[in-house]
Amino acid sequence: MTRICVLLMIAFAVGGLIASPHSGRVCADEPPPAVLQAEQARIAAIDRAVRAALAVFEPGGNGGGSGVVISADGYALSNFHVVSPTGAYMQCGMSDGRLYDAVVVGLDPTGDVALIKLLGREDFPAAELGDSDQVRVGDWCFTVGNPFLLATDLQPSVAYGIVSGVHRYQPPAGTMLEYADCLQTDAAINPGNSGGPLFDAQGRLIGINGRGSFEKRGRVNVGVGYAISINQIKKFLGCLHSGRIVDHATLGATVAKDENGRIVVSNILESSDAYRRGLRYGDQLLSFADRPVTTVNGFKNSLGTFPRGWRVPITYRRDGTSHQTYVRLAGVHPREEFLTKFTKPPTMPPEIPPAPKKERGKEAPQPGDDQGQDPDKPRPHLPLPVPRPNPHAPAPLPEHIKPLIEERPGYANYYFNRQQQDRVWKAFSTLGSCQDAKGIWKLAGTVNGGAPWEITLGDEEVAGQFPASRDRIDPRADFDGQLLPARSGGLLPALSIWRRMLILGPQQFGETSYLGTFPLVGHPGVCDVLTGAYNVVEAQFSFDPPTGELLLLEMYPDNNTDPCEVYFGDYKEVGGRKLPHRLTVRFGDAVYGEFVVDRYELGQ
Amino acid sequence: MSNWHDTMMLSNLISKSLTFVVLTVGVTGMALAATGETGSFANVVESVQPKIVKIYGSGGLQGLEAYQSGLLISAEGHILTAWSYVLDAEEYIHAVLDDGSRHEVKLLAHDPRLEIAILKIEATGLPHFQLAEAVELHPGDRVLAFSNLFGIAVGDESASVLHGTVSTITQLTARRGAFQSVYHGPVYVLDAMTNNPGAAGGVLTDRQGRLAGLLGKELRNSLDNTWLNFAIPISALNPSVQDLLAGRNPPRRTDETAKKPANPHTLTALGLVLVPNVLAKTPPYVDRVRPASPAAAAGLRPDDLILFVNERMVSSCKDLIEELSFIDRLDPVQLTVQRGQELVNVELKAP
Repeated sequence: MTRICVLLMIAFAVGGLIASPHSGRVCADEPPPAVLQAEQARIAAIDRAVRAALAVFEPGGNGGGSGVVISADGYALSNFHVVSPTGAYMQCGMSDGRLYDAVVVGLDPTGDVALIKLLGREDFPAAELGDSDQVRVGDWCFTVGNPFLLATDLQPSVAYGIVSGVHRYQPPAGTMLEYADCLQTDAAINPGNSGGPLFDAQGRLIGINGRGSFEKRGRVNVGVGYAISINQIKKFLGCLHSGRIVDHATLGATVAKDENGRIVVSNILESSDAYRRGLRYGDQLLSFADRPVTTVNGFKNSLGTFPRGWRVPITYRRDGTSHQTYVRLAGVHPREEFLTKFTKPPTMPPEIPPAPKKERGKEAPQPGDDQGQDPDKPRPHLPLPVPRPNPHAPAPLPEHIKPLIEERPGYANYYFNRQQQDRVWKAFSTLGSCQDAKGIWKLAGTVNGGAPWEITLGDEEVAGQFPASRDRIDPRADFDGQLLPARSGGLLPALSIWRRMLILGPQQFGETSYLGTFPLVGHPGVCDVLTGAYNVVEAQFSFDPPTGELLLLEMYPDNNTDPCEVYFGDYKEVGGRKLPHRLTVRFGDAVYGEFVVDRYELGQ
Repeated sequence: MSNWHDTMMLSNLISKSLTFVVLTVGVTGMALAATGETGSFANVVESVQPKIVKIYGSGGLQGLEAYQSGLLISAEGHILTAWSYVLDAEEYIHAVLDDGSRHEVKLLAHDPRLEIAILKIEATGLPHFQLAEAVELHPGDRVLAFSNLFGIAVGDESASVLHGTVSTITQLTARRGAFQSVYHGPVYVLDAMTNNPGAAGGVLTDRQGRLAGLLGKELRNSLDNTWLNFAIPISALNPSVQDLLAGRNPPRRTDETAKKPANPHTLTALGLVLVPNVLAKTPPYVDRVRPASPAAAAGLRPDDLILFVNERMVSSCKDLIEELSFIDRLDPVQLTVQRGQELVNVELKAP
């Protein structure tokens, strides 16, 4: 009897085990609870993600591509090759069934990225940005978009697959579109998906779809599609918000694999910042932007994710000794060529005229996609596309759109640049305004721990007393011939420019522009950078987003010389304004001086 | 006594239930552990990638890529791959492993009936698949396909991974002209997009990364212009692979104990004329067949390529003539020839 009781108790215990933690019957024809939960989680992630996806159209509904909203005020991402045919004004459909007006903000033609802004709401459903460096081959992912322009009801198509490769390099194929460090997936990417989102299994945005490998079947998916990584796009976002047409970075040197398998510099421009920082022909490149360099492709992958103007750490080795330095990355394209190539969204005709709206067919071939046509393949019966009358004439803009688009060479939309300049200046102005201090400025204090110094800044006279010299420049003459004091790179003209910006602001300083967000050596995060051309030099002003403080002024006499760098710190209240009480001046690889300010006199 | 019997039955039942529960939870747990909480295959992929090989060789002309895929099948660097034009010129073949190391390759052996080849690189301690441990798949099974399709991965970049399921298992049709393939055996038909340049010789695994098949070459059905995604089950290949590795059925000339008969077969007596022997290794193509000869009676035709003589592979005219010299004139000769995309077996008897 006792034995039976014990056994019965065990039976109940076992039964209890089966019953909990998942209260469900475990029988042969019902999926295990874990599977049902996974399914629910997937449905929920897709549901959330789909709401942020866009179908991008030319005004009137022709053409087609995809996009995704990334902030509630309506900023959205797409491909350059989707947005450039539509022009500066386009319309986007969302899964709520509504069509929204949108304007172009910024363009990255080489990287094939476009930033646009949807209008009409401040609460757009937005995608959560993921971290593409955390993505692993074999992870589930899904694409959302408008392949084959099927979304006539604006409900996007969803395709599930796995990540087939990471950090892939797809070279420019006949055009300039380069997909560096991109994600490869077998989730379907077809014509029409371009510009649309690639989400991870949790519904976070990890890429923007744009290319595929095509071969014998023509331009339909054969299991290989590519998405620009979101981490690359994050580096470009600040620059895209500036409304500019953004160029990619170059090191000013090329690398190749030598007979020992090491990656070495095979060519270097003497005018490049890399050369000025010490890099030479034959040096082994060990790491670039904190990523170890093991192959030429790997280097191209790293480099391809950066905008022109970023400053990145590199490590190189020569004769057994390692060197570490920071290199300013110049633009891939010479400035003149870049400006003329992308002055405004091109009116060049697409390779095949777009099909009129009522005959839905395949999207016109986009630059960058491999085109292989098998002559034996039976062709699907598509209606012949009818060319629009005078396809080169841009359609007239609606009245409510006109104020939001401002054309200027080198910009996709200067309107947004003006907005950003205003934003940055407003944040800086919370520290106080110097616009009334139009008279002579005097700064005095100690330098390098003891020696006295003082500087006088005025419209007609700029002079300074330094430990090694007493210098004076004429602020009305060209600055590039007056880079004094010696070995400072031009501290006096630099501070003269600083005073001019603080008094006049970007509206009246001269030719100013918002460049975007860039890292600052020794400082976490990124800074907003304004650039201003005055006299014969160019100055870049880096502002700290959280506090609005101006942290760095770099004065470039020309493109091929190191700038005078003035780092501003220790902002303290003086006469109702916050002013920097520590100036660290660098030129080249040396610190010229650490200046402590004890006294400010700002004349009215 | 009956009490005790009932107790025994009950305890039997309980132990069986417990076993069932443990097995169910165990299997589910194992599957979840292999795929992780999110169901990702990342861990499985990581365990398979080191065994995948990127192969480069002849080609590069329009439509014929100079690359394909392979898998390591021994620690010393034996590689199983598809037999294709990429391997045409041995001196141009090189292999790149998952770690980016580049190796010169020797073409060890090939089986033209199964369209597979064994390559060899010099190495030790390499991660590899055990062919004997390959699993059988069933329709509906989830699969992963590893290969360097489109030649996307270079150097130390890993091969690409596609996902899919086994759609069906069938014989590759032998209907003349449908599929241009010499292999007509069992295949896994897949919905994973493996029919792409460079995928041939790649690996099909189950969702736990266990070896199941060799990805097939690009194959088109000329009747309806469709392309087939398929893999050959390892079980259909393994016996031949073992033969190739062990060097079984080598040419007779390598056997020192083999004795040549006094009156062996000759090409003349058989009525076979081969193409002129001008290269070091001229492939033994039939040029002409003399009428009313044993060759004519067996149905041999011009342009037939002789592959095997009595089950021994012959790669050149010289090999063929040598092999015949070991066969007595009175004995029949079995030949396996390739005629277009088909393999034909014939028997030649002395007149």
